[in-house]
Amino acid sequence: MSRGDTLQAAARQAGAEAAEAVLGAEGVSVRFRIPMEPIRSLKEYAIRQLQRRLAFREVWALRDVSFSVARGECFGIIGRNGSGKSTLLRVIARVLRPTAGRIWVRGRVAPLLELGAGFHGELTGRENVFLNGTLLGHPRAEVARRLDWIVSFAELWDFIDAPLRTYSTGMVARLAFATATAWEPEILLVDEILAVGDEAFRRKCRERMEGFLRGGTTIVLVSHDMQLVQELCQRALWLDGGRARALGPSAAVTAEYQGASQ
Amino acid sequence: MGPAGEGLIVGVSFIRQRFSLYSGEAYDSANRPPAFLEELAALWVYRDLVRQLVLRDIKIRYKRSVLGVAWTMLNPLLSMLVLTIVFSELFRFELPAYPVYILSGAIIWNFFAQSTTMAMQQFIWGGQLMTRIYIPRTVFAISAVGTGLVNVVLALVPLLVIMIIAGARPHATMAFLPVALFFAAAFATGVGLILSSLAAIFPDVVDMYQVLLTAWYFLTPVFYPEAIVPGAMRLWLQLNPMHHIVAAFRAPIYYGRLPSAQALGAVAVVSLATLVAGWAIFTSQAEKLVYRL
Repeated sequence: MSRGDTLQAAARQAGAEAAEAVLGAEGVSVRFRIPMEPIRSLKEYAIRQLQRRLAFREVWALRDVSFSVARGECFGIIGRNGSGKSTLLRVIARVLRPTAGRIWVRGRVAPLLELGAGFHGELTGRENVFLNGTLLGHPRAEVARRLDWIVSFAELWDFIDAPLRTYSTGMVARLAFATATAWEPEILLVDEILAVGDEAFRRKCRERMEGFLRGGTTIVLVSHDMQLVQELCQRALWLDGGRARALGPSAAVTAEYQGASQ
Repeated sequence: MGPAGEGLIVGVSFIRQRFSLYSGEAYDSANRPPAFLEELAALWVYRDLVRQLVLRDIKIRYKRSVLGVAWTMLNPLLSMLVLTIVFSELFRFELPAYPVYILSGAIIWNFFAQSTTMAMQQFIWGGQLMTRIYIPRTVFAISAVGTGLVNVVLALVPLLVIMIIAGARPHATMAFLPVALFFAAAFATGVGLILSSLAAIFPDVVDMYQVLLTAWYFLTPVFYPEAIVPGAMRLWLQLNPMHHIVAAFRAPIYYGRLPSAQALGAVAVVSLATLVAGWAIFTSQAEKLVYRL
């Protein structure tokens, strides 16, 4: 193989990578079965079963949603409350299996969904970083390696060995965000995250996300902030009642959404 | 490159693809490994989480109590003291070194009762988390049993103290205890997983289980000698897995002998079968269960 051939092959590969999809949804539907009358005990269930009075109401949270996201792209998901945005993120994060259709992901998915979930007040900041880091699937040694960075980013050097219950809400949010974003993920799922904390913290979060995008991370962003979606995302999906109402360049989709909302 | 080389590349890429599905580096809802194996692989990837959860449970327990670690050791001593007074003074069981008999049984019974209850409670606690981020669903049962094992090791210190006070010489057979503990842990994990599956759907299972545990405790020779069980009840005793587990743990401590091969075989079969059954039931349901929590 000559040198020219090698260069050409490399260029071809780079081109393929630029367009390569890392996340795909093909006709994804999710159905929830909600009991008509909530049954909260085994005794009650047994009685109802005998009386054959188990009725369910079916709710389709997502109906036949298809899209794909390319490597390094920022993909926005917009829509009203209850339109299925969070359900879609859960399907991508593989905590929910689609009732029909297929979802596939190439690369490790990092969720940035519920900051501070799994934190414990009695443990120190440092102990919570280890707990949360391993909850996100990182080995202990890896958390230890990134600990200094996390504490610096959260600006918590003086408090890291104090119990978390002594922290303010803002301090907890900073520690959680720093822990969740300490590793450059291949695919990042973000759910309304930039709505927490004060102005300075929000700016810092946004800078971190923009840094990820420059580094080649793929981001799926759920937000009510149309300006943010327009600025960060190349394309967006508008969900309405669980169905895809529009899919395309973020400027066009957000404009259409805003037009319909007024 | 020859066809053999091509074949090798295809083979390697197939294995890598399969491996990436197990390691969490790729995911395809239409092409998932069997839940039983997928969960096993995920648990391995998240093994450090199990360790952190065990550390958390132990640390929180000690941080909350003034006595700290001493409490784990004092707790069995005190309950043993009460039981010894009640049963040796009031009921008059004719057993030499009765405190050693009762404490050896109580340690392993408490391990089972606490770790199965905790497996269930931790799974419910993790529900909120598991609807948001992916975590292998078995980590809670595994870490509950892990915490229980740490507590057993800590309780061995007061046991040795009691043995010396009661005039019972520690036997070399105690080296067998890890084997007995292993089977007890397998049984507790299996039961904990089945309970978690039930408790996710029916929260009253948590309370019902406590009632069941009390009855089960009195039906198992933990504080009374096996010999007082009447003939008609003997068969039921043989069918009680906890009887065999308690006996396998107690024999090396109290009697200074190993359980018979037959008894040990029964313990091994029952506990491993319970573990596999619990794992299969739980992993096949786990995905749906999380939404019931």
